[in-house]
Amino acid sequence: MATTTAQPPRYTQAQLAAIAERQRHRVIGFIMLLLGLAGFALFAINADPTAVSTFGLNTGRTAVVRVGDLVVPTQATITILSSACLFIGGYQIVRGFGKASNAIFGLIILFFIASFLTWATSDKSINLAAMINSTLLRAVPLTLGALSGIMSERSGVVNIAIEGMMLAGALTATIAGSVASSLWIGVIAAVLTGVLLSLFHGVLSIRYKVDQIISGTVINIFSVGITSFISAKFLSEFPELNNPGTFRSEPTPLLSAIPVIGPILFDNNFFTYAMFGLLVVIHIALFYTRWGLRTRAVGEHPKAADTLGINVFRTRYIAVLLSGALAGFAGAYFTLGSVGRFDEGLTAGRGFIALAAMIFGNWTPFGAFGAALIFGFADSLQSRLAILNVPIPSQFLLMAPYIATMIALAGLIGRTTPPAADGKPYDKA
Amino acid sequence: MAESVLREVIPPVTEARHRSLWQRAWEAIQLPALALLTAFLVGGFIIALSDFKVLEALADTTSRLNAIGYILLVMTVAVLVGGTAFSRRPEIILSRLRFVGNVGQARWFGVVSAVLTIGAVIGLLVVIGFGPVLWLAWNAVTSAYGALLEGSLGNPLQIVAALSSGDARAIGLAFYPISESLVASTPYIFAGLAVALGFRCGLFNIGAEGQLFIGALTSVFVGYAITGLPAVVHIPLALGAGALGGAIWGLVPGLLKARVGAHEVINTIMMNYIAFRLSEWLLNGPMKRPGAVPVSPFIAESAQLPRLFPDPIRFHLGFFIALGVAAFIWWFLFKSRWGFEIRTVGANPNAARYAGMNIAFNIILAMCMSGALAGLAGANEVLGVNYNLANAFSSGYGFDSIALALLGRSHPLGVVLAGLLFGTLRSGGTRMQNVAQIPIDIIIVIQALVIAFMAAPAIIRAIYRIVKPGEGEVVFTRGWGR
Repeated sequence: MATTTAQPPRYTQAQLAAIAERQRHRVIGFIMLLLGLAGFALFAINADPTAVSTFGLNTGRTAVVRVGDLVVPTQATITILSSACLFIGGYQIVRGFGKASNAIFGLIILFFIASFLTWATSDKSINLAAMINSTLLRAVPLTLGALSGIMSERSGVVNIAIEGMMLAGALTATIAGSVASSLWIGVIAAVLTGVLLSLFHGVLSIRYKVDQIISGTVINIFSVGITSFISAKFLSEFPELNNPGTFRSEPTPLLSAIPVIGPILFDNNFFTYAMFGLLVVIHIALFYTRWGLRTRAVGEHPKAADTLGINVFRTRYIAVLLSGALAGFAGAYFTLGSVGRFDEGLTAGRGFIALAAMIFGNWTPFGAFGAALIFGFADSLQSRLAILNVPIPSQFLLMAPYIATMIALAGLIGRTTPPAADGKPYDKA
Repeated sequence: MAESVLREVIPPVTEARHRSLWQRAWEAIQLPALALLTAFLVGGFIIALSDFKVLEALADTTSRLNAIGYILLVMTVAVLVGGTAFSRRPEIILSRLRFVGNVGQARWFGVVSAVLTIGAVIGLLVVIGFGPVLWLAWNAVTSAYGALLEGSLGNPLQIVAALSSGDARAIGLAFYPISESLVASTPYIFAGLAVALGFRCGLFNIGAEGQLFIGALTSVFVGYAITGLPAVVHIPLALGAGALGGAIWGLVPGLLKARVGAHEVINTIMMNYIAFRLSEWLLNGPMKRPGAVPVSPFIAESAQLPRLFPDPIRFHLGFFIALGVAAFIWWFLFKSRWGFEIRTVGANPNAARYAGMNIAFNIILAMCMSGALAGLAGANEVLGVNYNLANAFSSGYGFDSIALALLGRSHPLGVVLAGLLFGTLRSGGTRMQNVAQIPIDIIIVIQALVIAFMAAPAIIRAIYRIVKPGEGEVVFTRGWGR
């Protein structure tokens, strides 16, 4: 034995990467097993064998096609779901799903959430369709904010000012919308506000090469100050400036008549449709156009891009300004898309959750959308837990996005990879 | 990366050493002073432009403008633009115009032309009829800043009258504003030191706010849960608990940064929100005082930091503890081996690694100490001022401390001075809100501008035409980790 242990095996880079990948898949497998066991230990054992869980499948707004409620036996459902988790987790450890691992992992999380919901609604009923709908609605500003972050960071400029731009956009949207008594003017004003703030961010971080995080912090603090100032000075004095109204739900013809899915996806207001549109557009623009390739090149290796004749500064300015426009648009959602008025600190840290969604989604639009859905679900779940009388403090569910982001960032379940030049000012010299 | 390895670890000894103390002090203070001045000027503009009387007068005057008025207005703008351009770059314009052969004194041309431009613009505006508007704006700004000063430092006449009367109560009232400013400065000094220490190690601790919350939670818990101890034991115990709580909250991002390279900015932001939710839960559940309001019970009397003057003055021992801690941090950073290592890691991690320093350890140490300092800020507020903990009690000390550390240039002495200034602003802001009806949020705007100007000294240098870059302008930049 001594002869074999003396010389450690040498691996090539590719082999090392494969080993790390294998390791990661095992970790995922173990987490799946744990979730399955947790499903048994926490939910299945506690459940009353005779209880049933009732899930409503109508959002309660448009009743084009009504569907009956979904009624399932509580304990049996949890047992099946948890067994599936165990089985798939075991398979993942022994054989592995290869490239499909992440998708399967998402499915397992979904199973776990489903067993939790089944347990929580034991002998009660919950409107599942309305809950999914509210998840989607809560994910809208997060997705838009995350798109803003992706836009900027793909070009190598860190944007932690999403929160501040959203807040400022929300304020100008409500004022412009009220003054012009037109929601569209409000949206345009919010977008312009975002652009203005991002111009400041751009000038500080691209021209003056200020640390991008400090520059973003400046915008965050400035926005909190100036919006509270204007709100306290003007909006409290003239409440008519703070009454723009909101975009109403517009059911898409035909599509909204699909049972269950229709009311959830195709009976929403302008912002939701815009979010879907922007998702597709930005995905295509970033990954399938010349402009997108150049922007990403600048974010990965500005020097190489510059050598090839791409104007690094101009590319970054354009990306940062677009990012600001998106963040301002996301801000308009708060006043024109949901609440209908501005209050101090209205965004309540959602800009940072959007940032988290961007990281969680690995700097890709659809990944970020998925993360935003998860975070939106945690948010919508916590508001329902009180009704279901579940003994979990809602604050812990609200913490979930932050903890999940820290885990994702730590690379426990697969490392996220930011653009290589993210956060580094480009110096031509 | 060879070049960065070869870069000097210790900044070269410049001629600064040989210059007089006053010269060096002026150089150190020049940029922060100008940054503050500019921020207050911009703040003044915002105050003037948001004043109802000014806006009314402005609308009134504009509506009465005739054709000549408009022509003069255009001229005013032209004078403003031209004058600014000339005062910014007199040597270029003069050499183009060939009016003067020797443009060596161009700087004076710049200063003179700037003054002349301002004078001409004001004069023209008065001629057009904007005089009352300017006067109202001036009144709005001076009354706001006047109230700010009086609220933070007190009324000098009142102080003199009280001192000459010799009445203890009157003296107390006269000095009340100053004492309140010092009380407000104390958490700022702690939190500013926290962020400054992070900066010295190249870490951006945005999480001071969360660490402060956790520090307050742990110290208030020790304060009310343990009873029957003498104050000599109980106070250090409660303070230590605060520091420990903050240190743990700083340890997590520090560990993640050191072990897997996860960026501390994101992690500290996330830890902030986790701390807020945690305190929300604790104050609504396990740590809640019986009753409807989510607040903790009051701490035992033995845990209260003693107040040094009779009521209503709330000035307490915490201020001196803060000064002591600042002195310790100065010694730690500049006179101890550990501090040297932390600064080296901050200045150039590659060189530090080359010199055999343990980067991971230093990052963890710096984050823990930073968290402990922020935790002390929270403990100080709880043990010295509030005696209990309510939700959202901090109202932004942790975020303000970023501005403070930048303004103080991450030097303990600078942080103490900046902390005194910010405490003064904060306590004066309340009076400004009450007397001059200026929402206190203008202070936040001014702080944001201070950060911007301190982080981009090029702007200040461009405005005031300071040619030579000052010392200590460390460009602080890094990506998402690795």
